[in-house]
Amino acid sequence: MNYLTRRLLTFPLVMFGVSVLVFVAIRLVPGDAITAMLGTEAGLLTPEQKAALASYFGLDQSWWVQYARWIAGVFSGDLGLSVTYGKPVLDVILDRFPLTLQLALMAMVIALGTGLPLGVFAATRNGKAADLGVRILAMIGQSTPSFVVGLLLIYFLSVGFGVLPAMGQFVPLWQDPLTNLGQMILPAITLGFAFTASVTRISRSAMLDVLSDDYVRTARAKGAPARRVIWRHALPNALIPVVTLSGVEFGYLLGGAVLVEQIYALPGLGRLVLEAILQRDYALVQGTVLFIAFNFLLVNLLVDLAYVALDPRIRLGGN
Amino acid sequence: MTSLLRVSNLRVAFGKPPVQKEIVHGVSFDIPAGQTLAIVGESGSGKSVTALSVNRLVDYGGGRITSGEILYTRADGSVLDLVTAPETTLEKIRGAEISMIFQEPMTSLNPVLTIGTQVEEAFRLHRGLTGAQARKAAKDALDRVRISDAERRLSYCPHQFSGGMLQRVMIAIALACNPRLLIADEPTTALDVTVQAQIMALLAELKRETGMGMIFITHDLGLVAGIADQVLVMQGGEAVEQGPLDAVLDNPQHPYTRHLLSAVPHFTSGRSVRTDHDRSAAAGKPVPALNVQDLVVRFPMRGGFLKPSPGAVHAVDGVDFDLMPGETLAVVGESGCGKSTTARAILGLVQPTRGTLAVHGKDGTAGHVVQMVFQNPYASLNPRLSIESILAEPVTAAGHRVDAAVRQRMAMLLDRVGLPQDSLKRYPHEFSGGQRQRLCIARALMLNPSVVVLDEAVSALDVSVQAKVLELLIDLQREFGLSYLFVSHDMAVVERIAHRVAVLYAGQVVEIGRAADVLGTPRHSYTRRLIDAVPHIDRRRLDYALDTRQVPSLVRPRGFEPSPVAWVSHGPDHLSRTEA
Repeated sequence: MNYLTRRLLTFPLVMFGVSVLVFVAIRLVPGDAITAMLGTEAGLLTPEQKAALASYFGLDQSWWVQYARWIAGVFSGDLGLSVTYGKPVLDVILDRFPLTLQLALMAMVIALGTGLPLGVFAATRNGKAADLGVRILAMIGQSTPSFVVGLLLIYFLSVGFGVLPAMGQFVPLWQDPLTNLGQMILPAITLGFAFTASVTRISRSAMLDVLSDDYVRTARAKGAPARRVIWRHALPNALIPVVTLSGVEFGYLLGGAVLVEQIYALPGLGRLVLEAILQRDYALVQGTVLFIAFNFLLVNLLVDLAYVALDPRIRLGGN
Repeated sequence: MTSLLRVSNLRVAFGKPPVQKEIVHGVSFDIPAGQTLAIVGESGSGKSVTALSVNRLVDYGGGRITSGEILYTRADGSVLDLVTAPETTLEKIRGAEISMIFQEPMTSLNPVLTIGTQVEEAFRLHRGLTGAQARKAAKDALDRVRISDAERRLSYCPHQFSGGMLQRVMIAIALACNPRLLIADEPTTALDVTVQAQIMALLAELKRETGMGMIFITHDLGLVAGIADQVLVMQGGEAVEQGPLDAVLDNPQHPYTRHLLSAVPHFTSGRSVRTDHDRSAAAGKPVPALNVQDLVVRFPMRGGFLKPSPGAVHAVDGVDFDLMPGETLAVVGESGCGKSTTARAILGLVQPTRGTLAVHGKDGTAGHVVQMVFQNPYASLNPRLSIESILAEPVTAAGHRVDAAVRQRMAMLLDRVGLPQDSLKRYPHEFSGGQRQRLCIARALMLNPSVVVLDEAVSALDVSVQAKVLELLIDLQREFGLSYLFVSHDMAVVERIAHRVAVLYAGQVVEIGRAADVLGTPRHSYTRRLIDAVPHIDRRRLDYALDTRQVPSLVRPRGFEPSPVAWVSHGPDHLSRTEA
């Protein structure tokens, strides 16, 4: 069977598995949505009123019926009603998603834009001082938690020098791009920090492997200048592990970055999931997790397609 | 005659000063324009490092030229010392004036770029061609090395070519700008013998055509005889002997050259086969140690979604033979002919599609009467196990306990294969390639087998070590009455060890019989082609005829069955398949 067909067939299977897992998991958490929604006021409601609310949100049905209703809704584009927001789950998600997508893209551009050249640079100076420097930086980058990076950036850049705004009301990109980018650049750097470090490390080691390959020697024997040997002959062969890493990382980033969104007070998907769980907003948790899983799978599918474009030996055909 | 390249007192070292290790200790040679110098030596002799120093590629492998001169006469008559030349000058010379081809064509081309891009690059870099002009030049370059359908193949990637074709592509790239010197570093070692003949023919022809000089690096003196004008023999980083071809081959002065010429198996067309076993002399009709009938191994190809399989790869397609006690049957053929699959099927490592195997008249190869020695002694010993554990492995695998008798057998076998008794507590990395292969042989003999399958058992070893391991195998065969199934592509080695030879081609036996008959008077056209392609020290400065035939595909449609075999008998024990 065709590789791509196989991937496409596993897609719904994984989605089904995720839907069951999240559906069961959220219901195993103690507490219920109505109590969480009303907080202390829940005590003021009569059992009848509570039951009416539960019935309004469909929470009085058996698990089976709830699951079936939910899945049937998903197929018609209806992820249910959020108890917390009183709006359709999909609307809530689509409100938050652009910010998360923008953040993820910016972080990835930062990571690939600095990590890849740094890794290649270090590989070409293997064992020299410059290489050691890059490796130490990468090690620091990978081992520093993002909240530390975030707080340091805020402390120095926003509070110390006042270069960039630390917080404030979030402005979407299409309303005021400059203000938006000013707000987003620090979170993106924070998020891309460890990502950059991993890209640096992996591209360095992939380049080192490739630079000792026979065809690189062939390119040199042809008289290709050093720059051409590195960028034209070696780098395309070293990209596969970098693409794999970037795909996985990007997939994670699309699920929202809880810590970074929290530090910079950004209304992204990460915070949405956190709120939804704290509020026992079943429909919202289910909807966001399903949405995140879908994105993750989609990105990985694109990564597989990228492999084919990068390496002609990987064919989509069966044999 | 003016010299093209004059190397004097070249010293090359690897590593940084405190731990610097000198690999080449003062080598000098001189190549007149249009002449070929062969550098001969075994692995670690420094021959490749010497060659890589000439175009200074050694710099990129961590090496450094510590002293000496490499004087190269450029086309305009000026002389340049390549040792001190700046990198920018070297880039202009590499690929344009001094080109290089390498040992492994499969890995020497960039897997993600098309052949066209890679051939064009030479023209783009040194001739300033672009676009359609570069493409036209690339097509012509492929035509020159006889790659058919060049126009279309320019857009192929390396994995779509066979090894022989890739090496021709490499030659096309190397010769793109009509270099004045070509460095060929073991260009045919990774290739089959008939493909090797193609490449040698091509090199000889192009050399005549262009008048370029050549440095030809090899471990095979037979190849040297065919192409070189001068020979330089290297051992341990030093040039131990150098001179004109005939002088070195006919009147070697240095003991190492003499050793290479005498100890190393050279092919002699069946004149040096073994005569210590004669199956017709045995009284009555003895039971064969191994009998194989109609062995068929097919690997079905996967069909598409809901589509039936389009066919199967017929790796082995109806092979019959028997092997008498104390006899060696060599199975020879080129890559993809099914010789290794045959060996693996006999050991039960692949499931035969059909066919019967009988050991000493009993069906199946169960029990431990058949053992195997593999090609690569570096990969076939677990680096984390001591030699004692390695030798104990077959015993425990067979469900026996390692007791005093087993230990005694270990000691005895170590002694027989010529390794010291204290080896038991040591680990594989402490042994050389030849010693490791001796360990593999000892391991194969632990269970006292009657048949040993040797799959290219000496191919990975240096030529002079090969001879010693072959001797050991022959001694052990006599002592323990072993039967060998010796799978090999190397005719010279086969000639030294085989009593009988079976020639495999496209999964079928095309000729089988006594070694002297098959190697001396081959009857099947394929056997003749195979034997003609074997390099030979007596075939000097050959005009090779270029033969670009490809091995046929083994993929057959569903339900395909080979036509029944018709054999022609050429003597008491010599059969060949009839040809269409």
